[in-house]
Amino acid sequence: MPSGRNPGQGSTAIDAVLDNLDIFAEGFRRTVALSVLAAVAALLVGTALAAMRVSPVPPLRWFGTAYVQTVRNTPLTVMFFFVVFVLPQVGVVFSYFVFAVVALSIYHAALVCEAVRSGINGVDVGQAEAARALGLTFSQNLRLIVLPQAFRNVLQPLGSVLSALIRNTSIAAAFGVQELTGVVQRLTTANPDSVIAVLLGGMVGYLILTLALAGALALAERRAVTIR
Amino acid sequence: MSSTPIVLADPPGPRGRRRILIASFVAILALAGLVTLAALRLAHRGQFDSELWSVFVDHPDLRTLLWHGLLATLRAALTAMAFAVAVGIALAVGRMSARRVVRIPATGLVELFRSVPVLMLMLFAYLGLPALGWKLSAFWAVVLGLTAYNGAVLSEIFRAGIGSIDRGQSEAAAALGLRPGQTFRLVLFPQAVRRMSPALVSQLVTLLKDTSLGFVIAYSELLRSGRGAVEFLGSRYAVPVYTAVAVLYIATNGALSFLAHWLEGRQNRRLGNGRAAPGAAEATAAETGTAPTPP
Repeated sequence: MPSGRNPGQGSTAIDAVLDNLDIFAEGFRRTVALSVLAAVAALLVGTALAAMRVSPVPPLRWFGTAYVQTVRNTPLTVMFFFVVFVLPQVGVVFSYFVFAVVALSIYHAALVCEAVRSGINGVDVGQAEAARALGLTFSQNLRLIVLPQAFRNVLQPLGSVLSALIRNTSIAAAFGVQELTGVVQRLTTANPDSVIAVLLGGMVGYLILTLALAGALALAERRAVTIR
Repeated sequence: MSSTPIVLADPPGPRGRRRILIASFVAILALAGLVTLAALRLAHRGQFDSELWSVFVDHPDLRTLLWHGLLATLRAALTAMAFAVAVGIALAVGRMSARRVVRIPATGLVELFRSVPVLMLMLFAYLGLPALGWKLSAFWAVVLGLTAYNGAVLSEIFRAGIGSIDRGQSEAAAALGLRPGQTFRLVLFPQAVRRMSPALVSQLVTLLKDTSLGFVIAYSELLRSGRGAVEFLGSRYAVPVYTAVAVLYIATNGALSFLAHWLEGRQNRRLGNGRAAPGAAEATAAETGTAPTPP
């Protein structure tokens, strides 16, 4: 792996970042890809879990509760261990990148579920009652009346779940994915003189992502308010 | 999570009940099918061999190893919790300060620490600080990383809790001649703590879980101990050992949540009413978007 110029030749600390900008960009791209894929999967699975948790079918409710309670109390790192080391034991083998997406999705689906469920519970009871009075079924009620309003209430908590997801992609570095944190770890080893600059460079990468998310969220919120 | 659940469907009549029964049956069948499939797959690979799972009985060393790992996890978590609460209070006070010299740096620190992965903060403490001439052990790097992140998050929880207290309280305190510091210490903070305890507990659970990141920087906590055991015994033992590790984490976090509920209940009983209704704190925290803050 080419790690820029020889760090010994009178280069300043910043050069370690600038010379390896392409490596940083590669890691950054991988972090973005991890975040987006895992976010989509977690949103889908999490919403389905939330629907299970409010459904009138008891076994589905039990399953939803058990899933959330188990996953929420398990560290994401342990989840990674299960996915990366245990799945191959039963013959499921993917690349490290896919494993990371799977682990991140499983974990954050539980958090999405809780955010959505609290949003569902935050919708005025009168709304669901009115829908029932109009003869809507459970799924119509959820799909047409409650969830659209719940998502509006849920923008902020959901935003902090997604922000956590972005930051948690860093754990994939310890499981063979060369994303931003992995790149930082490698470059700190390669450039022992400019550890601080490399670390700060990595932090800036995450700041860009989380600030972009916060901006998008603020925009979405303003639109949600005007619609209402 | 104690708000009354919203009712999305009418109480089922005979036909609805029948449908729910059928749906339950199908759901149980599907779930049982999935579990059986997974179990068969595991059994096929010999993952249920008694020899694999009796490893905890056959190797007393493994039990000791995991036990020491758990203790190391708890040590790091408790130390970081104490520091994080102190830092959180300091940052919250700083962010609410009337002086701009204090407010702006406090705000900057909170926003920075909240936006960066905990793992990066730990790496900074472990790799970066020595470059600045401050050598830290892995334990203190873990504690420092956790303190920075959780201190920032806790400060937002504290701030939301204090913001949720009626303005009349601080006005009354001012009318009684209390200084801002006294108002905070004697009037606002004690009330805020009670309101924000649910958000506080879920954040402390998060902190406990995040100690597992210590394995990346070679702190021998529970997860790393488990990994060491698997490396020593062979990867065939991955399933039993990691299951044991997960169970230990879940049990510890469950105990922490239970303890918090118990304390809360005791406090409510002593106050003799539901002023500290858990729903209230979550609602206020959710309004300001600071909680529940996931890891």
